[in-house]
Amino acid sequence: MANILEATNVTKRFGGLVAVNRLSFSIPAGSIVSIIGPNGAGKTTFFNCITGFYQIDDGDIIFDGVSLKGRSPDKITRLGIARTYQNIRLFSQMSAIENILAGMEPRLHSRWFGAVLGLPGTRAEEEKATEEARQLLRFVGLRGKGDSLARNLPYGDQRRLEIARALAGNPKLLLLDEPTAGMNPRETAETTDFIRNLRDEIGITILLIEHDMRVVMGISEDITVLDYGEKIAQGEPAAIQSNPRVIEAYLGRGAAGAAHLMVDTTEAA
Amino acid sequence: MNAIDWRRAIRIGLVLGVAVLIASVIGMVQTFDERDMIEDILTLGQLLLFAPAVYAGYSAAGKSEERRVAAPPLLAGLLAGLLTGVPAVLLVGLAGWWTTIRDYFVNVSPQLIDILTFGRGALQGSLMLLAVMAVLGLIGAAIHLIPARVRRPLVNATLITLIFSLFSDVPLNIANQFLPRDIVRRFFPTKGVTQLAAVIVFALSLAIALWWEFSGRTRRQQRMATITAEQRRRNSLIVLAVSAVLLLVLPSILGTFLTNVMTQVGTFILMALGLNIVVGFAGLLDLGYVAFFAVGAYVTALLTSTGDLGLGINFWIAMPIGVLAAVFFGIFLGIPVLRLRGDYLAIVTLGFGEIIRVLVRSDLLKPIIGGAQGILDVGRPSIGPLTLVTPQHYYYLLLAACLLALFVSWRLRDGRAGRQWMAVREDEDVAEAVGINLVGTKLLAFAIGAGFAGLSGAIFGSRVGSVFPNSFELLISINVLAIIIVGGVGSLPGVILGAFVLVGLPELLREFVEFRLLIYGILLIVMMLVRPEGLWPSAVRRREMHADEESPPSVAELEAPRHEATQPMV
Repeated sequence: MANILEATNVTKRFGGLVAVNRLSFSIPAGSIVSIIGPNGAGKTTFFNCITGFYQIDDGDIIFDGVSLKGRSPDKITRLGIARTYQNIRLFSQMSAIENILAGMEPRLHSRWFGAVLGLPGTRAEEEKATEEARQLLRFVGLRGKGDSLARNLPYGDQRRLEIARALAGNPKLLLLDEPTAGMNPRETAETTDFIRNLRDEIGITILLIEHDMRVVMGISEDITVLDYGEKIAQGEPAAIQSNPRVIEAYLGRGAAGAAHLMVDTTEAA
Repeated sequence: MNAIDWRRAIRIGLVLGVAVLIASVIGMVQTFDERDMIEDILTLGQLLLFAPAVYAGYSAAGKSEERRVAAPPLLAGLLAGLLTGVPAVLLVGLAGWWTTIRDYFVNVSPQLIDILTFGRGALQGSLMLLAVMAVLGLIGAAIHLIPARVRRPLVNATLITLIFSLFSDVPLNIANQFLPRDIVRRFFPTKGVTQLAAVIVFALSLAIALWWEFSGRTRRQQRMATITAEQRRRNSLIVLAVSAVLLLVLPSILGTFLTNVMTQVGTFILMALGLNIVVGFAGLLDLGYVAFFAVGAYVTALLTSTGDLGLGINFWIAMPIGVLAAVFFGIFLGIPVLRLRGDYLAIVTLGFGEIIRVLVRSDLLKPIIGGAQGILDVGRPSIGPLTLVTPQHYYYLLLAACLLALFVSWRLRDGRAGRQWMAVREDEDVAEAVGINLVGTKLLAFAIGAGFAGLSGAIFGSRVGSVFPNSFELLISINVLAIIIVGGVGSLPGVILGAFVLVGLPELLREFVEFRLLIYGILLIVMMLVRPEGLWPSAVRRREMHADEESPPSVAELEAPRHEATQPMV
């Protein structure tokens, strides 16, 4: 399988702090890949490097054959990368449907004068976009909530709306930053299924940051573990679970060797 | 629990009493006293003096309403009213004892003391003032005793009568168009209204308000409940047609003076619609907006003027060039400030506005744009054989321009551009991350906003016939910003209403121009406290400001059209 994203030696520094250090990383097309690591390991920073929020200091990221280096977030999104945020960042004063329409930006081409003059092309595009937004709303299970303000939706719905907004641009790669944070076990299970369905039905490639080990171990095909901005392990879930360096990073020195602990603690988490 | 909230009564009374004192000391009471509202009964100065006492009484007794105990709230009202008069009485005493007070407070004149004491000397007059204020407070408190269904019509009718007499210029000028002078005189003396007119207006508005309260509202609700979508559409078509006809014949109804006021309002509506796109839609606070107005005015004036500096080009060719020049300046300003947010953007645009003002005044550019002498003999547009000269002509020109701007704003707001602006306003980073081009989106807002201002400026220069630097001061920017804040940020009808309130009404009260900014400031503060979403907020803003008090929309809709002060004469 070809890699849809390939990062080589990515480095990001904030002053003296090296948040991401010579990280090489690749995502095979059509896979579900996770990044895990303790707090402050540089996971979200790496996300921000991919999406262009931060400019990387060293190395390169190639997406679908194109280097992302030096591109602005909107250009990168237009190449086919969409993301959600650790703390939900919807357009809270806009309705659910407007949020999804905003997410459709990469696919819209009409210009402002088209709207003023009421050109048929612009109208058709808007109608088509609205119809698709409705479908997407149904797809994520928010049927009938299109006119609610985003901020008035329940927490779980907001998470799903954010995913819908990310999907609206038909991305090839979807970055999910802790999609199950703050969810109860039932919601978490639903979301996990939902993510798996996304890949299976739409064929979208998914990169996941997640703290909930059950989610990570359950759906990832490949896991990369970061600690202090460096990759300390990579492999299949089973291999990661018993990797002594990973256990050390999570539980501290001395815990290594007690591999079964890993499973216990993560289930409690 | 029958205890009266004495502390509340005292606080309200004293606060309003100090307000009355300040209004007196700065000369407001005396200036306003020269303006009759109802002949031989009430002047505006007296209203300023007495209305606070009534309100103090009403407000002091207000909280006790549920208890249905007549006496205690009345006493609270009496006390609050009395206290409202106390600071003024102290002023009277002070003025009697401190003979050189005018050296420090120039407005504490014998005439002011006369007004405060009803011309009866310090002692007797002071007692009388206190008594009157106390009685007014009592009356204010007694308003609560009236059953609600009568009280509302009564209060509304009183307010309507007061507003009618305050802005009597409007009915006066309209009446002058159709009725012979001696008949008009019987209703309108030089200023204000006669007692007869006041009684008629009061009776009429009371009758209508009572009818509405007891029968009209339920009928309307029933009708609205049974109405079909087809009928609804027909109704709105009828409303549209009637307003179109009304807008077309308005100049001949209003007469020259009021039409002139309308052209000023139109100039500001046009500007406010432009700023509304920048501030209301895209959330970019621009404090130098007057610069684009100036560019439009100067470019058009230079091109059309038949004076020394001008080229004498046809207005219809020059105007688009003026607008384009403003658009260019909008982009020119937009590019460097794209990365700035919030306060920083406001400061830079403020500076830009000042740069333009200093430039047009400067000696450097004097040979080209006339410096402080400005540009004279600005060309006037002509349609066929007709050259636009009178306010009526310009009314139609501005009407067309405003409708165009309104249409463009409306279409953009509901389209992709509006969504992009809203997203940028909400969260710039996320907007960029969903694929919105920040540069293009912001520049579009700046360019279109500047274009409207340029159009407004082009018409302004031609209407006035000359262009001077002092027409383009910072105050205009602030004025336009205040219009959209008072009207309702992001709301198209709000912007229009705001322009009428902040430009139209002051034009009708020209004699008080020295207090204009003070009243402005008070109005803005009161607005922020009472109705932060503006007089006629957009649906979005209403949701934003009142998201915590979510109520079923149906109820909100039924109560939406507020009467009283929010709908002054238009």
